[in-house]
Amino acid sequence: MINIWEVKETNTMIEQENLDVRTITLGISLLDCIDSDLEQLNKNIYNKITTVAKDLVAVGEKIENEFAIPIVNKRISVTPIALVGGAACKTLEDFATIADTLDAAAKAVGVNLIGGYSALVSKGMTKADELLIRSIPTALCRTERVCSSVNLASTKTGINMDAVRLMGEILLEVAEQSKDRDSVDCMKLVVFCNAPDDNPFMAGAFHGVTEADAVINVGVSGPGVVKTALEKVRGESFEVLCETIKKTAFKVTRVGQLVAQEASRMLNIPFGIIDLSLAPTPAIGDSVADILCEIGLEYAGAPGTTAALAMLNDQVKKGGVMASSYVGGLSGAFIPVSEDQGMIDSVQAGAITLEKLEAMTCVCSVGLDMIAIPGDTKATTISGIIADEMALGMVNQKTTAARLIPVIGKDVGDTVEFGGLFGYAPIMPVNKFSCDDFINRKGRIPAPIHSFKN
Amino acid sequence: MERVTDKTIITVVGQDTVGIIAKVCTYLAENQINVLDISQTIVQGYFNMMMIVDMNAAAKPFGDCSKDLEKLGEEIGVSIKCQREEIFQKMHRI
Repeated sequence: MINIWEVKETNTMIEQENLDVRTITLGISLLDCIDSDLEQLNKNIYNKITTVAKDLVAVGEKIENEFAIPIVNKRISVTPIALVGGAACKTLEDFATIADTLDAAAKAVGVNLIGGYSALVSKGMTKADELLIRSIPTALCRTERVCSSVNLASTKTGINMDAVRLMGEILLEVAEQSKDRDSVDCMKLVVFCNAPDDNPFMAGAFHGVTEADAVINVGVSGPGVVKTALEKVRGESFEVLCETIKKTAFKVTRVGQLVAQEASRMLNIPFGIIDLSLAPTPAIGDSVADILCEIGLEYAGAPGTTAALAMLNDQVKKGGVMASSYVGGLSGAFIPVSEDQGMIDSVQAGAITLEKLEAMTCVCSVGLDMIAIPGDTKATTISGIIADEMALGMVNQKTTAARLIPVIGKDVGDTVEFGGLFGYAPIMPVNKFSCDDFINRKGRIPAPIHSFKN
Repeated sequence: MERVTDKTIITVVGQDTVGIIAKVCTYLAENQINVLDISQTIVQGYFNMMMIVDMNAAAKPFGDCSKDLEKLGEEIGVSIKCQREEIFQKMHRI
């Protein structure tokens, strides 16, 4: 039988160490909504989302109450809209009306974000894909809850450099359109290499075409819990360190598994995956960078950071995999700059650079995340940073992403406020040397040799 | 869909004072909640109690009992929390 110390340990994790379930994300296929008539398509989309997700928020709150575990976000991901809207949308405005519909549906069911205003263009762009991408600035700037993602590369297909070039321009356009609000709309846009079909985390969540009609995916969190556990093993060997991380990750993930199963049962929607993640928030003590410091670094970014992060990420997976029946999504430690107080401190202390962050993304989940850069950064330079990140994902057969925020009117030394869970970020310097001639080449970078496994 | 069976863990944490257990148990008895096990300890001067209870025959739904107990806790100056047992089982048992 459960004893008082075990109960106390769990409740201390929840009350003092910020243990929470970061998100329950309901993936909904919109493939059966497709219609060549735009009005009908929008009607179908609204009806499907508001029907399938009508109880999502209530069920999430019920689970929160019964287990006394916070579930920070309830969200929805949908089939990439470039696929859904292709038959009906002939103009940028046509696509933007679908964003309006998604926004309205999200508001109707009470979710804070809806992901899937997306295109998958790792090898080439259809007319619909390109239209959707070009409509992103309009769509993001006039909606509140819609998130957008574009898959630009994969290990199997290489890197679509035409799309990489286009995204550099699009990102600046999004920044320009929301310049009166510190270009915040950029945080609703992310580009990927090897984007997973079942990622529950925003802004990159979409419901892949390999998925069932509706599915529950859950993202767990708990950097604070890992940090506290590691405080107790200061000075111990790597073996002890790794065992401690694994055990802690197991416990955190089991809570996610329980929440996912309960949500699945109550909503009568199949359980998809648990995303084993250490997802930080700006709250003190909820930081991945602080774990790196606890492992033995003065600041995240110091020499040894990549090795420490690689170890952390691997142990989180090893502990988490056993705790969950299905694992997927991004799974690993997130290192967003603005959403992690420890990372912000590192940037302000001058301990971490964009290049070091890039190296860190080789060994952990996702990529260059929530990084504010000067607003006068050239589109080709942004595309160059994106291309580098895509190459890391392509060659290492992992998911990588870039969520950069060029803040119009601000420069290195300034700070930008995103509000709430998104935190704030100091603007980071970008390498000033040109990559124009590289980015302006047409076509794609071929898939790497080790992708030919047949 | 309501759950069929399962136990609930009630935790009471706070400054030790006369009658904490009595007050909580009175509420439970009044609402047909059966106590299966009680353990308590004092940690760093704080009173810590855990009760395992069966709420299957409870007069009120889980959410209401949970809120009532939270209120009762506020009245006697302790924190009272109701949680379904599975969260602890899942975390501490393979």
